[in-house]
Amino acid sequence: MLRLLSFALFLAIWWIAALFVGGAKLPSPPAVLQVMIAEASSGALFLHLGATLARVTLAFVLAMSLGSAIGYLMGRVRLADRLGDPWLILLLNLPALVVIVLAYIWAGLTETAAIAAIAINKLPTAVVTLREGTRALDRSLDEMASVFAMPRWRAFRHVALPQLAPYIAAAARSGLSLVWKIVLVAELLGRPNGVGFEIGVAFQLFDTPRLLAYSLTFAAVVLVIETLLVQPFEARATRWRPRAA
Amino acid sequence: MRLEVDITGKTFRSAAGGTHEVLAPLKFALCPGEVGVLIGPSGCGKSTMLRIILGLDGDFRGHVARPPQARIGMVFQEPRLLPWRSVEQNVRLAAPDVTEAKLSELFRILELDAHRSHFPGELSLGLARRVALARAFAVEPDLLVLDEPLASLDDALAGRLRDEIATLVASRPVMTLLVTHSLDDAIRLGDRLFFLSPRPARILAEVPIGIPREARGDAAIAAIKAGLARRVQGEQGGERSGRDVS
Repeated sequence: MLRLLSFALFLAIWWIAALFVGGAKLPSPPAVLQVMIAEASSGALFLHLGATLARVTLAFVLAMSLGSAIGYLMGRVRLADRLGDPWLILLLNLPALVVIVLAYIWAGLTETAAIAAIAINKLPTAVVTLREGTRALDRSLDEMASVFAMPRWRAFRHVALPQLAPYIAAAARSGLSLVWKIVLVAELLGRPNGVGFEIGVAFQLFDTPRLLAYSLTFAAVVLVIETLLVQPFEARATRWRPRAA
Repeated sequence: MRLEVDITGKTFRSAAGGTHEVLAPLKFALCPGEVGVLIGPSGCGKSTMLRIILGLDGDFRGHVARPPQARIGMVFQEPRLLPWRSVEQNVRLAAPDVTEAKLSELFRILELDAHRSHFPGELSLGLARRVALARAFAVEPDLLVLDEPLASLDDALAGRLRDEIATLVASRPVMTLLVTHSLDDAIRLGDRLFFLSPRPARILAEVPIGIPREARGDAAIAAIKAGLARRVQGEQGGERSGRDVS
């Protein structure tokens, strides 16, 4: 209920601002909605959204699985940590744009290059978060698992993984928002479809309603995924914790 | 099958860079069906010794021979349950082969029936300790290590759990190592009592108790206790060992 109210307030502010600024710079909500409906009925909206979502999914899964594995290794094995740390710092501080441009130059304007570039941008944050999580693992529970001779996989699944779950959720959440942002840049620079491509076109034509139509639909999809996927996972992973008052 | 402990020394390096000896030379052995009790002042190195015996700490001088296939059941000082798994899952994860009948019996004895599906965070410390005991018993251990398992339980429950430990020890040829501060628990449960010195720990006295556990009545226990008290007064922690006080 409160969320709906907050959303209504946002619409009201937008509408009032649109009245002051004028339709060319900031179209009113109904004008944007009209473009959304037109794009949706022609099918273009879904095509571009679908292309973007597919890239996000692939890059996200790739970066999360690889990043989690590397982060866990670096948290557990001192040698891996010392070897990997300089790479990590380099990757963390490398601007997204540099990675994307280099990927397109080296691998051509291909799907692989785009997805790899997005994944590389997200990878280091996942590594850092999971490394912290692994360092924070409770040694006394590891000892318990070792005394009771739990097989490695069972110990990982029931002892380590539940402790890592909040870190994985945090990495997923921050990673998802990062991927959302970068995917559009990658599309703008070198893909013939996707929300980023459409925004590039809208920019060239100074077509604000179209720009807003695409970006707001995209934001809505992000919101839905966040509430339907990320938050339930977090809630499930932490259900054993006593609730905050 | 025997547990042989022959530690010649253990040094800890502190964060400040200094080193200190935690364990002095220590030697004892434990046979199946036997309960060894370690009694010593707080901080004398008992937990360090247990960690070495359990194979959690390899950085010591000397030798510990455990039967290679021995199943270990351990009750740590703090319960060390998995907070994200229910009581039943906690036990089953440590003892995947446990039968439903055996599990029900354990939960009944330890009065955990009502708590099977609870998470450890919802339990009192006393209940969590009982879950830890259930877990250690459920694996049907060859080597049972109990690090102050009855601390912070009320007398009635502690007494019942003590009897349960005695029953379990009697039912299977299990080597049991018990760490306790309670002389009463030690005399009721132990076959041999090892009195340890302050840090670095060494064995001050080894006291066998001759009367079989089930035949130890209150009078016999009081007599053993009085005998021990006399010894402590007489020797003030002397080093003679092996005298049967019963």
